Parts: sequence; C-alpha cells; structure tokens
Amino acid sequence: MIEFSTPKPIEELQTVVETVAVNMMRPVSRQMDENEHEIPWAFINFMHTAIKSMGGTSFAVDEKDGQKKDQNEEKRAPIGYQRLAYLVEMLSWGDAGMYLCIPGGLLGSAAVAAAGTPEQKKRFLSRFMGDKPVFDGMAMTEPQAGSDTSAICSTAVLDETTNQWILNGEKIFVTAGQKALEESDGFVVIWATIDPEAGRAGMRSFVIEAGTPGCKVTKLEHKLGIRASDTVSIVMQDCRVPFENILGSPTVAKTTKGFKGAMATFDATRPIIASQAVGIARASLELVKEKLKENGIEIRYGLPRQKLTHIEREVIEMEVMLRSAWLLTIKAMWMADNKIHNPKEASMSKVYAGDIVVKITQKAVELLGPLGYSRDLLLEKWFRDAKITDLYEGTGQINRLVVARNMLGYRGSQLR
Amino acid sequence: MYSFSPSEEQQMLIDAIRRYAMDDLRAAARDADEEGQLPPELIEKGWELGYLQASIPEDYDGFGERSAVSGALAAEELAYGDLSGALAVMTPGLFATPILLAGSEDQKQKFIPPVIEMEWKAYTAALMEPRFDFDPNDLKTTAKLEGDTYVLNGLKSYVPYAEQAEAILVYANLDGQTQGFIIPKESQGLAIGERQKLLGLNALPLYNLALEAVSVPMANRLGGDQGHDFGPILSSANVAIAAMAIGVSKAALDYAVEYAKDRDVFGVKVAQKQSIAFMIAEMGIAIEAIRLLVWEAAWQIDQGLPDAGKSAYLALSGAMDATMMVTDRAVQILGGHGYIREHPVEMWMRNGRGFANFSGLAVV
Repeated sequence: MIEFSTPKPIEELQTVVETVAVNMMRPVSRQMDENEHEIPWAFINFMHTAIKSMGGTSFAVDEKDGQKKDQNEEKRAPIGYQRLAYLVEMLSWGDAGMYLCIPGGLLGSAAVAAAGTPEQKKRFLSRFMGDKPVFDGMAMTEPQAGSDTSAICSTAVLDETTNQWILNGEKIFVTAGQKALEESDGFVVIWATIDPEAGRAGMRSFVIEAGTPGCKVTKLEHKLGIRASDTVSIVMQDCRVPFENILGSPTVAKTTKGFKGAMATFDATRPIIASQAVGIARASLELVKEKLKENGIEIRYGLPRQKLTHIEREVIEMEVMLRSAWLLTIKAMWMADNKIHNPKEASMSKVYAGDIVVKITQKAVELLGPLGYSRDLLLEKWFRDAKITDLYEGTGQINRLVVARNMLGYRGSQLR
Repeated sequence: MYSFSPSEEQQMLIDAIRRYAMDDLRAAARDADEEGQLPPELIEKGWELGYLQASIPEDYDGFGERSAVSGALAAEELAYGDLSGALAVMTPGLFATPILLAGSEDQKQKFIPPVIEMEWKAYTAALMEPRFDFDPNDLKTTAKLEGDTYVLNGLKSYVPYAEQAEAILVYANLDGQTQGFIIPKESQGLAIGERQKLLGLNALPLYNLALEAVSVPMANRLGGDQGHDFGPILSSANVAIAAMAIGVSKAALDYAVEYAKDRDVFGVKVAQKQSIAFMIAEMGIAIEAIRLLVWEAAWQIDQGLPDAGKSAYLALSGAMDATMMVTDRAVQILGGHGYIREHPVEMWMRNGRGFANFSGLAVV
C-alpha cells in the first residue's frame, strides 16, 4: 500500500524537537556563526541530558526496531532510519552547524554500529551514556585523497610483539574531531591501508580514542558556513592502538568486500545529509513566505503560470523542489528501514537535496533583496551553510556517478 | 506510515497495463502519429483491461472503488506506451469520473452505466478554451439560468473525440464558479469545429467546440440543483496529467539509456562519457522526485485531505518542467538521430511540451 503519512511516534517526537530548535538553537545561531570555534556547551549539555533521558545511547538506529518487544505490543514496520531523517531535518532547520555538535550523533558511531562486533559496540558506544557529553568523528579524507578514496595513503602496520596497530598519516576535514579527541573522551574512526599493494581491498577502519599518544589535532579550519561545528586536521605519528580496534577483518582478501562494506555505510548516511539539506531549505523558504506575507503578498496556488507573478512562480518552484527532495529522502530511508538495497536512491536523495538547497537559499537571498543579503536575518547564513550538503559525504558529482552507474548497470571501471 | 510499494492488486494492474502499453500502444504509436489516427481495435483492447470499470462501484455497474493512487499508476503506465493512445483509452473517464465524483445520485444512475457497460464509446468532456491565459477556474464560456434551463455560450478546444461523442461534459462559468453541464451530442447550438492540428498528440482526434445559446435542462447540471465543487475534479485531472508526464518522461529516459549503452564513441559507449551519464542521472532523479509528488497528491485525494488540491497543482507544476527537461535531453543524447522521425524521442519531446497545456485531458 502506497502511503504518505508521518508515523505517529515520529510526529510526537517532532513536536519536542521543534521546541528545541526554536528555543535552544535559533536564538544563539547568529552568535555561534560570528564566533567560529566557540563550542555551544549549553546546547550540547541540554541535548546530552535529553538523549540520555530518552534512553538512547546516540542517534544510531536500534536494530530491534519494529520487532515485537513483548506479546502485547502491536507489530509495526521499522521506522528507525525515517525517524533519524525527521530528527536531522528539524535540527538542521534550527541550525545546521549546531546539529553537528550533538554528542554521539555522527559518523564514527555510525561506522562502529554498522561494522563493529558486539564487544566493540559495547566498548566504544557505551561512553555516550556517561555523565558528560562525548563526541565521535570519522576521518577518511586526506590532503591528496578526497572523493578518490583509493588514493588514501595512511598506513596501519601490525606490531606482532605488542599486538598493536601502528598508524601513520594525515587526515583532513574531520567533523567534530576537536570535540572527539580534545574536548571529551570520545573517538575518531580513521581509514588506513593494511596493505598498500592491495588497493581498496587493503583499506580498513580503526578506532582511535581520545588521549592516544601519537595522534594530534593539528589544525582548526575556517569555513564558509556551519561554523558552530569544528572541522580539523589530524596527524598520526606512530600512533599505537590495540589490535581489537580494527573494524572488520584484519586479513586482506582478494575481494574489495571490506571496502564495499564501508561504502554501504553511505547508503544510510547520504540520506542523512539530504535531510540536513531539506531542513535548511525549509527554513529558508518559510522565512521568504513569512516576509512576503508581512508585505501583503499571498501565493495564489492554482493559477496557470501565465497569470502568476514572478515571485509567485519562484516560490511555487521552490515548494516543488523542497517537497520532492524530502520525499526522495524519506523513500531512501524507508528502504533502509525495510532492508531494501538502496545505494541508487540514497545517492539520488543526496544529489537532489544538495542541488535544491543551494538553489533555494540562493534564490531566497535574491528574492528578499537588501534584506536577504543582510546579517540581520539568518538567511545569508543558511545560504552559506547550505553549500556543505553538496560537498560532504560525496560531492554532488560523485553521487551523480553512483546514480548513473546504478541506472546504467556499470561498474566503477566502466564509468569513471 | 510511509510506504512506497504498490499493493498486490495495484501491481497486477501495473503489469497488465505495461504489457498492453508496450506490445500494443508503443508498437502502433509512430504510425498512429503519422497517420493521425488510432485503430479502434487498439483502443478497445486497452478499454477491456477494465481500468475505468474497476474504479466505478457496483451500484453503477462497475466492479470496484475509485482510487486516485491506482489511477495515477495506471495513467503513468499507459502514457509510457504512447500518450495519444493513453488519452484515447481514458477518454470515457473524462465523462464518467467527474459524474462519479460530483454528480447527483440520479445522474450517476443514469449516465455512468451506459459508459462502462459495453465497448469503448466516445463520451468526453470540454474544459479548455482557446486563450493564451486559459484558467480552469476562470472560464470564459458562460452559463446563465434563464427560466428553468441553463444557457451556455462560448468556445471550447482540445475536446477528444467530440465528432463522434455520445455526450459531452461541458464546463462553463456560472456566477464565477466552474460548473459541469451534461450535453447530448445533438443539442441545438452546439457546433463541432474542425479537428485541431497541434505540435503533438497527432494521433488523438481533438476538436474545437462552439456553443451558441445551448439550452441545458436543470437536471443536467453536474451535481443537480446545487451544483458541485470543481476542486476535486481539477485535482484529479492534475494528478492524471502529471502521472502521464512521468510516463512519457520514463519512456524517453529508458530509450535514451538503451541507445547510449549501445552506441560507440571514441572507443567506448556513449553512456560511459560523464557528460552523458550525468544527464541520465539527473533525468532519473527528476522522474523519481516528481513521481513521489504525484503519488503523494493522489494519496491525499484518496484520503480526502484538504491539501490535496494544492499538492496536485504543485505535482503538475513540477511534472511539466521535469518532462520538458527529460524529453529534450533524450533527443540530445541521441544527437542528430534524435531529430529523425525513425526514433520516437522527437515525438515524446513534442508531446512533452504539451503538459503545461493539457489541463483536463484526463482524470483518474
């Protein structure tokens, strides 16, 4: 049955999250943007307490979601990933940079949840339930290796005498790396090769915990937007981690199965970025409509285009883009919830949402004229924040490649 | 909850229509477009699939319930085969579905069974008018109550099968409201004009109508004495046209993909070039995005939600742009070959341009 209603449990949660966005995020949004590298502790501590009191360790999706907890409970379809999309959308509507500061909510824990053994999950994820907020990060990109992850040259060598991995290399663009390694007892999941000759087959991820000798945050980036969120460089110099910190198999098989497993994480994370894009886009469109309304302009839906004003056409086009981007996103997440293979749909949502949030925020600044360009409103900030969604978790172009390969039935080697 | 899987029943409908759309409609499409007509047996075969009959309750001789979602799924599949053929098969719905949605009990009993009980017959409707700023909510064709009859005056266009129609549902402006009037073919003052020649839809017979003081008894005003709300009919029409836009787009995309994977260029396939592959990715994304908008609007119609009208309008607005983009790119991907009438993509591009104009040419 084709259906389009927000599940009840999500609807209830949304009301709560909206209150947080309105009261805890929007009022400090401008301040956080103007003071880059200031950490929004009040918001972070509040979110930490809130997440704990709801019984969640992090934003990670409960694997038992949708299964019956006891005989009396009614069975329902799983909605964990869809719930996540709603959460991220609303929090990004509040502030896309501050959303990234939520403890335990980022890609590091997602990677552990996706690829870790039960012991690893316990060891690394239980820290999110402690008294203090703890952060996580994921380090993939290197100065010479962005979208081309096969060019990663950080190395991991096993020291058999101590049973430790020795890690060397430099990582850049690590979201929340500072908070994970210096401001809390968190961790970063880093990607390195255990066999440089093996290409992607040799690629593995490792957990480096805060305080590990040989691992240092070396640079805090200054960015166009999402300034509330820190983005750092990390250098590993003979950094030793226990053997048990490797996620996945320690031996190199001839296949790229391990690497493909890592890429599969993107099937869930790309729609998360799409959700973030939709949140920023909705904030911008709502502000435009609010300002138009203040000036006595109501959009006359239903008229043929020949009778619409230019502004009406623009707003209607923005609404079409916003709603369809959300539906693409929620469909990709619905597939994830129902264990339907979704790399094409995940990338589709990311391409489209990244595109439309950039168009909508650009257009919104234009439509509001001198007001739109001013820092009196948050719109110019959203214009700057928006662009990140077209860049990280695979640029729009990389995701177009993924979509095209899936549509055409091509492997990476056939469509480069 | 959200769900994006058609029901088992809907899937059977989709599969049956897809076979007909490919084996029959698509196979006949080029000749039909060149010759300007569709073989009656082709239309009859599509009619026998029973899509309209299945959306009419047993009380009126049908065997199901109307669902805009099922209708949108069916319309997309039909249009995937050929737009002209799809609109022809669906033409009787232009008459029967609005009566089902907005007619009085008497009108339903009287007018619906003859449409659906036998073979395909030309029952049709007239909404569009020959004006650049045609607006379904601001018609220039007027209806005025004089004594106990309505008198209609004005010009209509894009009326499918008007020439052979048994009866026509004509929409006119009554005191600022769009209202439907059921007019038998032989009514005095009703003149069927020349068959129209258009950019596309060449196979579908479309006509101009002139109404000069056409008298309509009160009993034939859609909905009876109190008339009806035009909103639900327009929503249903917008969803139908938007769904068909998706069908045409999908046809163009699939054809372009097949071509691009087959043709060699500089030692690789055309599809292996990023400039082409990226176009294909964007076409696929646009289709998927707008299809979901169409489904959502259809679902809202079925749920009787107040936002359905706006959603249907937005869905059609998105669909007309997506279809123009996709059908244009399909021609582009075939290069010079796309411009040659041996390939169907130029026809789909011509048909694709029409979705900004096809108001009320189908309902679901």
